[in-house]
Amino acid sequence: MIRSLPNSKGYRISYGLFISGYFIFLFAPLLVTCVLAFNNSDFPSLPWYGFSLDWFTSSGPERFGIFHDSQNLRAIWTSFQTAFWVAIFSTLVGTCAAFLFEQEKFPGKGVLYFLMLAPLVIPGVILGISLLLAANSAGTFVENNFGIDVPLFRPSFWLVVAGQFSFIATFVALVVSARLRKFDRTLEEAAMNLGATRLEVIWHITLKFLRPALIGSGAVAFLMSFENFNTTLFLVGSEPTLPINLYLQVRDGSTPVINAISLLLIVGTSILALVNLYFSKAKQ
Amino acid sequence: MAVPRSSKMVFWMFLAPVLCWLLLLIVLPHIDLLVMSFSGENDLGKSTWTLQNYRNFFTEPIYWNTFLRTAVFSIITTLITFLLAMPVAFYIVKVVRPRLQGAMLMMLLLPFWVSELVRVYGWMILLRESGVINHFLVKFGLLERPIEMLYNDATMIMGLVYTSMLFMVVPLISAMESLDDSLVEAAYDLGSSKTVIWWKIILPHCKPGITSGSIVVFMLVLGNYLTPNLMGGKNSLWFTEQIYNQFIASFNWNQGAAFGFLLLLLSSLIIWIGLKLSRQKLGEVAS
Repeated sequence: MIRSLPNSKGYRISYGLFISGYFIFLFAPLLVTCVLAFNNSDFPSLPWYGFSLDWFTSSGPERFGIFHDSQNLRAIWTSFQTAFWVAIFSTLVGTCAAFLFEQEKFPGKGVLYFLMLAPLVIPGVILGISLLLAANSAGTFVENNFGIDVPLFRPSFWLVVAGQFSFIATFVALVVSARLRKFDRTLEEAAMNLGATRLEVIWHITLKFLRPALIGSGAVAFLMSFENFNTTLFLVGSEPTLPINLYLQVRDGSTPVINAISLLLIVGTSILALVNLYFSKAKQ
Repeated sequence: MAVPRSSKMVFWMFLAPVLCWLLLLIVLPHIDLLVMSFSGENDLGKSTWTLQNYRNFFTEPIYWNTFLRTAVFSIITTLITFLLAMPVAFYIVKVVRPRLQGAMLMMLLLPFWVSELVRVYGWMILLRESGVINHFLVKFGLLERPIEMLYNDATMIMGLVYTSMLFMVVPLISAMESLDDSLVEAAYDLGSSKTVIWWKIILPHCKPGITSGSIVVFMLVLGNYLTPNLMGGKNSLWFTEQIYNQFIASFNWNQGAAFGFLLLLLSSLIIWIGLKLSRQKLGEVAS
């Protein structure tokens, strides 16, 4: 049982084996992907033909490494831009929602709160198609009534941003709310007694207190957006994001360049996670 | 002094963006989804109200079979995920030496920060006919010739369990952290068996974590497209693929909207039953 109670040796060993097995299960696919990125072969499979950096740096004509693969590079750049805007918008609106639901009283609050939680239980595919339909309806409406063709309403970069924002903002709102609940409101009272306006209090005091939560949830929003697939699938226009682009390549047969991209993604996210851990340790 | 009341201006500053978000991106699109699912074109090519889209669903066995299959498999996947996540969460919170706890937790979370596509791709490299596992099995003489391990139900479920594991482990860990060790010790001292301790102390205590983990995992599995499509292949028959086909391949948006709405109903229904069974509210589960 728990660590303060005596356990039989067999129990301890078999539990340890189970956990080791679990971690192998967890890391095997990632490890294999990374290793095969360096195989000197045209296919992402064994046997091992020797170490090679071709799938990173080769500039053709037979092999195009990731650093010379303009299509994938463009997709990475699109994903970066999407994730950047989604993180900005979700943090802004999510913070507003946190303030609204934690500090304000108004009629219809319960209904609105329920609506805000809804994206947690709506499958991403449904969010994608309903937004696609709505954008299409809005586009048709505007075109029929005003005779203007608005490209924004067709599957495009900004529609993807809107789709991802629609559910990522909920996550930000929940994280910021949790932090806001720990805030000592007598600090606000003190500042207001000393003559600060409500806006000044929020800007100088409450937002300062919220800063770790804002940065943390902004980073999570960025990552969630960067790797979103389900919602993006239906909204994507002529500029595919990285997950969509990779999906098309994996579906139609793959080359080890996908391993190379995966390796870069794994290394990138690991560094981000370690930095995050370092900062949360430093804070304590 | 009472809690400072906000001025009207600040209140609207918070309310306006939230209202825009929820109305424009959540409420209106789903109303549109509902409306579209009840419309179609009559013989003259004009759009009218119709039940045809839903009738198609119930008269074509392939559609509702896929629907039921997706629902049942999602429930099975959620169950397997729970059974696998529970001992892992328990080990990390209650068994492993405290010094290792942080590192283990970190290792547990890391794979899930990597895109789902990369993880599924990793499994494909491992399992396919020319994959790494086959290569070793043949090399060591355990197999005569490589076999295709992808594209069957078991592999697909394993993939779904793998991709949604995190969303079960994390709520379980946070629920278990608040469990007081002395309760378990007291039960042990009074002679309880392990089974009784699990049933009477640990599981009831973790109920909120179990509920929220199960809901999130179920919803994610039900709405997953990537994993069934890539690991289940043509045999996966996942309902999201039907929706995708209607939207992208057949360009029949009305039919697709009806399918989408049915999927939404199914997921809401099962989540509602889950909340009722565990006597919890959505708000509690979310926070």
